[in-house]
Amino acid sequence: MMEEILLLDLVERYLNGELDESQRVQFETMRHQNPDIDNLVVEHQMFLADLSHYGERRQFKHDLGEVHNKLVEQNEIIEEAEVKSIAPIRKLWLRNKRTIAVAASIAGVTALAISGLMQGIAPKGNQSYLQQLNRKMSQLEGVQREQNKKIDQLIDSTEISTKIPDKVQVSAGTSFLIDEDGYLATNAHVVEGSSTLIVVNNNKEYIARKVYENAENDLAILKIEDKDWKPVGKLPYNVRKGSVDLGEEIYTLGYPRNEIVYNRGYMSAKSGYRDDSMSIQIAISANPGNSGGPVLDKNGSIIGILSTRDRQSNEVVFAIKANNITAAVEALKKDTTFHNLNLPKYSSLKGMDVVKQVKKLQNYVFMVKGY
Amino acid sequence: MRSETQEQEILDGIARNDSASLEKVYKENFGLIQNFVLNNNGSYDDARDIFQEAVLVLYEKSKQADFVLTCKIKTFLYSVCRRLWLKKLQQNSRFGAPIEQLEEIVPVEEVMEEKKQLDMNFALMDTTLKSLGEPCKSLLEAYYFEKKQMSEIAGQFGYTNADNAKNQKYKCLMRLKKLFFAQYKQAE
Repeated sequence: MMEEILLLDLVERYLNGELDESQRVQFETMRHQNPDIDNLVVEHQMFLADLSHYGERRQFKHDLGEVHNKLVEQNEIIEEAEVKSIAPIRKLWLRNKRTIAVAASIAGVTALAISGLMQGIAPKGNQSYLQQLNRKMSQLEGVQREQNKKIDQLIDSTEISTKIPDKVQVSAGTSFLIDEDGYLATNAHVVEGSSTLIVVNNNKEYIARKVYENAENDLAILKIEDKDWKPVGKLPYNVRKGSVDLGEEIYTLGYPRNEIVYNRGYMSAKSGYRDDSMSIQIAISANPGNSGGPVLDKNGSIIGILSTRDRQSNEVVFAIKANNITAAVEALKKDTTFHNLNLPKYSSLKGMDVVKQVKKLQNYVFMVKGY
Repeated sequence: MRSETQEQEILDGIARNDSASLEKVYKENFGLIQNFVLNNNGSYDDARDIFQEAVLVLYEKSKQADFVLTCKIKTFLYSVCRRLWLKKLQQNSRFGAPIEQLEEIVPVEEVMEEKKQLDMNFALMDTTLKSLGEPCKSLLEAYYFEKKQMSEIAGQFGYTNADNAKNQKYKCLMRLKKLFFAQYKQAE
């Protein structure tokens, strides 16, 4: 061992040019006479080169990270999703939201927790807007309370939504693909009263048309009809058949903000509001804009569509059961135009961790804007 | 428009780890690449990763004595990024949208081949070094990367003198080499 170390030390010093003249000549003679030593020199030289490349690259990667962070801090590099042309969109979105909020609350039987809404909507540092909205919302709250008595069992919302003032922008919510050719599922109340629908994913907007609507179970199916649309290939999730067990972990993706938001929770009850058998109760944090979003189990199978929230309690949320989607698709397919519509059968998300699942899913969940 | 000499100066700066040169290259080129990646189904994270990978390629090329940059740094980086991103899109088979072209490009096939080899070497050394364990790993890093003197290392690692530290260093190096070549054979 000691000999090996001495030899290695000699080789390294030779390679580094640290030997004096006589030592060097002596070592080179040794190297010529002994092929093993010659091999060792070559091998060690190459290895040290590899090692030093590795060190340099590692250091350089580190430096790159530092420079990047520094430039971000100095605003030389901008890295927020909201940089590009977001200002007008955001304004539109904010304006939308209060109408959506009201529409959602009425259509969905349950009303919104106003304070939650305020938090969700309030842009930081924009006090005047916040106050204005506040006033309008509290006026509406009074109206709502009165109406709530009358509309306790009300599901059909047409009559009331026409009473809503300030009906410029009609709605916004979430939807998700159920067929790779651009069919999306969402809530009926999300697209209620809109003549034009725009769906957005990854900052790309597409025109969509409502092809199916069932106010009774609050389900709508849209079809993207836009020349910019390109089929996305096989959907990574499927629609779960059969019932879901209490306590199962679930999660949702939606657009309560201008950006896609993930939330997780669990299955609470097999029926919805007032024993509604078409829906389920889940415990999850949801806000206006989440309506129409997919609710998935841990295997990445759709178990429902998030639709409404209990006014009294934040975490009591209702979702339409997935079998409503299956039924709607069956009904649609009777029309030959939609003959090719097919729900995805297999989930390729199974076994992936949630982070990976969500990453994949993002491309298939769209914001819906109704005009 | 910068002259060739100025471009070469920046490149030389990169090669000797001059932070001002690196910052300059970063500042002047990142935006273009970010736009390119964002416009082609990429995220902000993707843009950062791809750009840094390309600058790394430039760095490693710049350290080669025989390397001559035959185009602007910007063109070089853009060409490499374009290639890297195209490959990533293919791997992920994200939406097959055609990649739009923002800038002129130069052929980078050879550079890419070389990069593949360097990436492999890096990964190999990385796993080997990590599997080596402490204090060997830190000891070798202190000597070969941080270029510390043996006496300093002896103090830091608690060896009685520089000679002891040096012996220990060689023992660690021998183990590293053994592990490395074993892995290398496996990889091949």
